[in-house]
Amino acid sequence: MWLYTLKRLLQGVITVWFIATATFFGMHSVPGDPLSGERATNEVIRANLEARYGLDRPVTEQYFIFMGNMLRGDFGISYTQQNREVNDIIREHFPVSATLGLLAVLFAAAGGILFGALTALYRNRLPDYIIMFLVILGISVPSFVFAALGQLSLVNVNNVLGFSILPVAGWGTVGHMLLPALVLGLGTMAYMTRLMRSSMLEVMSADYIRTAKAKGLSPTRIFARHQLRNAVMPVITVLGPAIAAITTGGFVVELVFAIPGLGRYFVQAVQQLDYTVIMGTTVFYGAFLVFMVIMVDLVYSWIDPRVRLQ
Amino acid sequence: MDQHSKHPSAAVVPTLRPTDFEVLGTQSSAPVLVRPSRSYWQDAWQRLKSNKRALVSLYLVIGLILFTFVGPLVWRVDPALQDIDQISLAPGADRRALVVEPFSAWDGVTEWQQSQGQSGLRVADSPNTQSVRLKWDASLTAGGYLVYRNIYEPEGMDSLGLPLMEIENPSQAYYEDRLDLQPDVYYYSLVELNDNGQPMGDYQMVTAEVRRVITVDEVIARNLVDDPSALMPGDEVMLAWHPLGTDYLGRDMLARLMAGAQVSLFIGLLAPLLFVSFGVVYGATAGFIGGRLDQLFMRFADFVVALPFLLFMILFQVVFGIGPGESGIIPMLVALVILSWPATARLVRGQILQIREEAYVSAAKLLGASNKYLITRHMIPNTLGVILVTLTFAVPTAIFTEAFLSFIGMGVAPPTASWGSMCNEGLKTMLTHPHELIFPAAMISITVLAFNLLGDGLRDALDARMRSSE
Repeated sequence: MWLYTLKRLLQGVITVWFIATATFFGMHSVPGDPLSGERATNEVIRANLEARYGLDRPVTEQYFIFMGNMLRGDFGISYTQQNREVNDIIREHFPVSATLGLLAVLFAAAGGILFGALTALYRNRLPDYIIMFLVILGISVPSFVFAALGQLSLVNVNNVLGFSILPVAGWGTVGHMLLPALVLGLGTMAYMTRLMRSSMLEVMSADYIRTAKAKGLSPTRIFARHQLRNAVMPVITVLGPAIAAITTGGFVVELVFAIPGLGRYFVQAVQQLDYTVIMGTTVFYGAFLVFMVIMVDLVYSWIDPRVRLQ
Repeated sequence: MDQHSKHPSAAVVPTLRPTDFEVLGTQSSAPVLVRPSRSYWQDAWQRLKSNKRALVSLYLVIGLILFTFVGPLVWRVDPALQDIDQISLAPGADRRALVVEPFSAWDGVTEWQQSQGQSGLRVADSPNTQSVRLKWDASLTAGGYLVYRNIYEPEGMDSLGLPLMEIENPSQAYYEDRLDLQPDVYYYSLVELNDNGQPMGDYQMVTAEVRRVITVDEVIARNLVDDPSALMPGDEVMLAWHPLGTDYLGRDMLARLMAGAQVSLFIGLLAPLLFVSFGVVYGATAGFIGGRLDQLFMRFADFVVALPFLLFMILFQVVFGIGPGESGIIPMLVALVILSWPATARLVRGQILQIREEAYVSAAKLLGASNKYLITRHMIPNTLGVILVTLTFAVPTAIFTEAFLSFIGMGVAPPTASWGSMCNEGLKTMLTHPHELIFPAAMISITVLAFNLLGDGLRDALDARMRSSE
């Protein structure tokens, strides 16, 4: 177990290094530079500024400076927002995105497992057809459409009732989080429902289920202790990629619901070509996602020891 | 005893006659192949045909391709052309317009018959999309006026919003509104100001039902009637027809959906084709050669897989940059190919490794088969099914990615139409003109749905091992 953990962590570190390197050289090949435009009015000022920020040095040296700063956890200062360090931006806005993402993953996993199990139990009957129809819808409709429609229907519900049951946009209370998280998790929920269904169907025809039935165990006990526990395994494996998909998918939901998350700031930084914020958030997000995937893998290998042996 | 009467039996040689060689009749009990033998592909096609959902999705895909490529030949409307008379028009909306004289300035005095003798705020001429003329009684105490225009009936001073116009001369008791008038009902309100510019008293309100009008010159310029010489003011003409309505700039939705389909399908079909091909070559090379090279190739693929996909898609868009006049489609295509190939590479490598160990490959090798023969006869045909399924499932992912990026403004650059960017534009007017959001959103959903179902069907038809348990 320890060896496996160590191996996975080492892989993660190398991957993050790869992401940081790719980001650095990617951003350096962007035409133009932070000092172009109106900031440096003549050659002398420009040369001074370049010297001040180390932009006159060779790219390899800049790369080592960048990596050194990053190792110390220093992502630099924003080019467009006054007096803000990239670290401040991440510290302030990442918790928002993380909360939203976590809630969405929770919704997706809980819904996926529940609906998947239901469809398998009611195979080829009405509940199965209804849920599978909704699943196909969930897979085919883009998240921004769900976000827009969700917001629209909430506006209508609030209008009809005359008071607001949930706020339409913004951030702050639990009420603000529910609809965006649900919308964000829908696609993944649909995917997980499908996965859970096929896994559950496989488990239901397994020998040990027949044995359990023959022993005279109650159906609820078989369902809870034998079927659900075994069928849930494949859903856990996709939890890592699901977290990645949900966190980055959050950009759109944050835009539609006006949520001050990191995704929105990332998109904004990209539009304004805020070099340090782009590099900082990319590396941060990348590292976060890589380690989330590793975490899920570790949890999985702890639940199912066969994985470690492969 | 007659000794020579019979031949001795041991020495009998039967005389063979030609009749002995005649066919006695075919054996009816011999096994006969009842079914014609079918190749793998014929079999797969048969299975696909019996799958109703897959068949429907296949028709949908064909319909979509017709819509994209034949549609613009039938519906010859420029998707970038703005019809400023019909902005944000819902499908099936009234498109009649009254022919009127060209606009001429108003002196602020003349009134039409209907309002003569009325007092207070009133509409002084037939309200139309050229102008709405308002008149009121000049107040002796006022120091000026504020004119408001609302599309919902105001419910008090607080709901008037921002004024349309501030008139500082108290003797000017008229106002002519020519600002972006649409055929709709407008609520005009008037508030009198005191000498300090503060509102005094309540507001007066008048409703104006604005009619769409057009001048003879415009009718001729837009080629709306066959014989413009007979056209007189007072006649009614039909404006250009937009079957699915228009967007917020008056552009034809149907033409834009077709143009958007070209972008979406271009990226959605070409990108998977390119990255799947690259992944196949990469993975097959690694799997076939094996050893050190395989290790090296796969480690690199692992790193590319670990890159957060959407984050790097956005980053690539920044790195490539979109110059003026460029649509930004090619950068997106390149970024998709760079980031998406490893999944196919891994899959194909796994397949090749598996096939390499098969008994029939060993047998072929034993018989002296060349590498070329092994690849073309065994490797390619046996992986083709899996590759085809991967390709089909890659299409909706690519379309989703394009729509997602265009939606957050990181995709194709305006004025290029794309379903994602149309959704983004439609979102802003979702409450008043829902059709601008619903049509492109429906197109994305239908396309993704069709390719997903087709992928499911192909997987069931082509690969028994991957067959889903649905």
